[in-house]
Amino acid sequence: VNRRAQAIVMVLFGGAILRASLTDVYLRYVKESLRPFLIAAGLLLLAAAAMTLYYELRSGGEDGHGHGHHEPRIGWLLILPALGVLLIAPPALGAYAAGQSGTALAAAQVESEFSPLPPGDPVPLSLMEYATRAVFDQGRTLDGRELRLTGFISPAPDGRPMLTRMTVACCAADGRPIKVGLSGMAVDAPVDTWVHVIGVYSSRVEPDPVNRADVPYLEVTSWQQTTAPRRPYE
Amino acid sequence: VINSESATAEPVAATPETPEPDSWRIGSLEWLAVVLVLLLLVRNRLAGWLSGPGLQTWTTVFVSVMVQAVPFLVFGVVLSAVIAVFVPRSFWARALPNHPALAVPAAGMAGVILPGCECGSVPIAGSLIRRGVTPAAALAFLLAAPAINPIVLTATVIAFPGQPQMAVARGLASLVVAVAMGWLWLRLGRSEWIRLPRRPELDDGSRARAFWAACRHDVMHAGGFLVLGAAAAATINVAVPESWLQSLAAEPVLSVLALATLAVLLSICSEADAFVAASLSQFSLTSRLVFLVVGPMVDLKLISMQTGVFGRRFAARFAPATFVAAVLAGAGVGTVVW
Repeated sequence: VNRRAQAIVMVLFGGAILRASLTDVYLRYVKESLRPFLIAAGLLLLAAAAMTLYYELRSGGEDGHGHGHHEPRIGWLLILPALGVLLIAPPALGAYAAGQSGTALAAAQVESEFSPLPPGDPVPLSLMEYATRAVFDQGRTLDGRELRLTGFISPAPDGRPMLTRMTVACCAADGRPIKVGLSGMAVDAPVDTWVHVIGVYSSRVEPDPVNRADVPYLEVTSWQQTTAPRRPYE
Repeated sequence: VINSESATAEPVAATPETPEPDSWRIGSLEWLAVVLVLLLLVRNRLAGWLSGPGLQTWTTVFVSVMVQAVPFLVFGVVLSAVIAVFVPRSFWARALPNHPALAVPAAGMAGVILPGCECGSVPIAGSLIRRGVTPAAALAFLLAAPAINPIVLTATVIAFPGQPQMAVARGLASLVVAVAMGWLWLRLGRSEWIRLPRRPELDDGSRARAFWAACRHDVMHAGGFLVLGAAAAATINVAVPESWLQSLAAEPVLSVLALATLAVLLSICSEADAFVAASLSQFSLTSRLVFLVVGPMVDLKLISMQTGVFGRRFAARFAPATFVAAVLAGAGVGTVVW
């Protein structure tokens, strides 16, 4: 790779990072808190590309040093992630990834005392919140309330749909699903569609087939298809 | 088009140094343009080809690992360029103890103050060696920096609520491995195993020019190897379902080896691996500690980057030795604590 081509590769790579972090695309891959660092890294890459071109054009491509040697060829590979972001922009992790790992409930931080839910019905709750309250507090704070959960559909081992959301600690490579089983009204949405589900606490708990951790259930009273939220991960 | 640009390039020891013929031929810039135009033409079909759920998940994980690593890579590269260009050699002589055996633990402790992923510490360690720091100390720093910095230890405390001994055991075992590997290098290491790329542009011309040349070179070089590692990690992530592992969880020795191998293959960044370890709840705490000690020191993307920066002969010896040391230290500390 000669230096001008290297500069182009750096422009593509830095530009891809900048474009992803200036739109919401980066939220499919990493946490929101990484955004300022992504923007800074993208700008630095563009600056390095600009300075490479500047020195290259000023010296006319001949600085008299290191004749007859290669630049690192491996650098070509950097156009793969750049094009991955610019051309494909793969979607956030979905049902396929969720089916491969066990529910993240085992890693959940368990409070000793669960505070009462905020007023209003239905109460919007994250899947993690519902699952920890249902499993570790036997649903004491959930009983008698109308609850609204948002997630995507993934298939349970018994073939019925399960409500799922991925949690991410750092990037999608460490993404773990939180699964909530659905009983009551049948939710017949295809796999990977996002839904709002309204329902009440159910005491039913089944083991996750992958890691045997507890998967709580929700008794569905109504549901509605929706679009993917801005932040796909919890 | 005259091929003069690539003829002025500086050498890289990892690739054979064959002279480019000074002739008219199509250069890399033209190839790049052709590839980009072709890709733009098939752009709409591209998404269709990648629509299978496994392949799509692979692409998502691959892109995520790269996006996550970019800030750490770029800041590591900039810091290593600053070390290579602006920090005088005499600084390291004054900052580190003169005796190499003492410089190793000092460099290991210095890792505590550099928060960052492992992707940044590889080029930094290369720069340190180039600036005259004894390789043993630079290697101790390389191993310690991603494993025992405050961000990683805080993440470990959060991931294991009610078990602060996990973070303590992790810091302790990681420091032991880093220092032990430094001392082992002093006894057994040979300097000819490390082949740092020659970098003539660092020694002449203006400092600003040398700085940007170092940045460009390291981004392209370390970044390229990072792409290889990210692709391997994404493949493992998609191809190995977690249920395979669960059958090993009951065996005490096998579970340690299984999670140590998983840490190498998954190549999760050190700030996140504690959360993954916490969710592997069927495994013993000792085997999960081994997972946390091995991961930041030996994994696919690190091996790939070390091969690029230090040479194949180095990586082929250093990575397996570190793996053994990390498994022993993790298992040892785990047995004492639990």
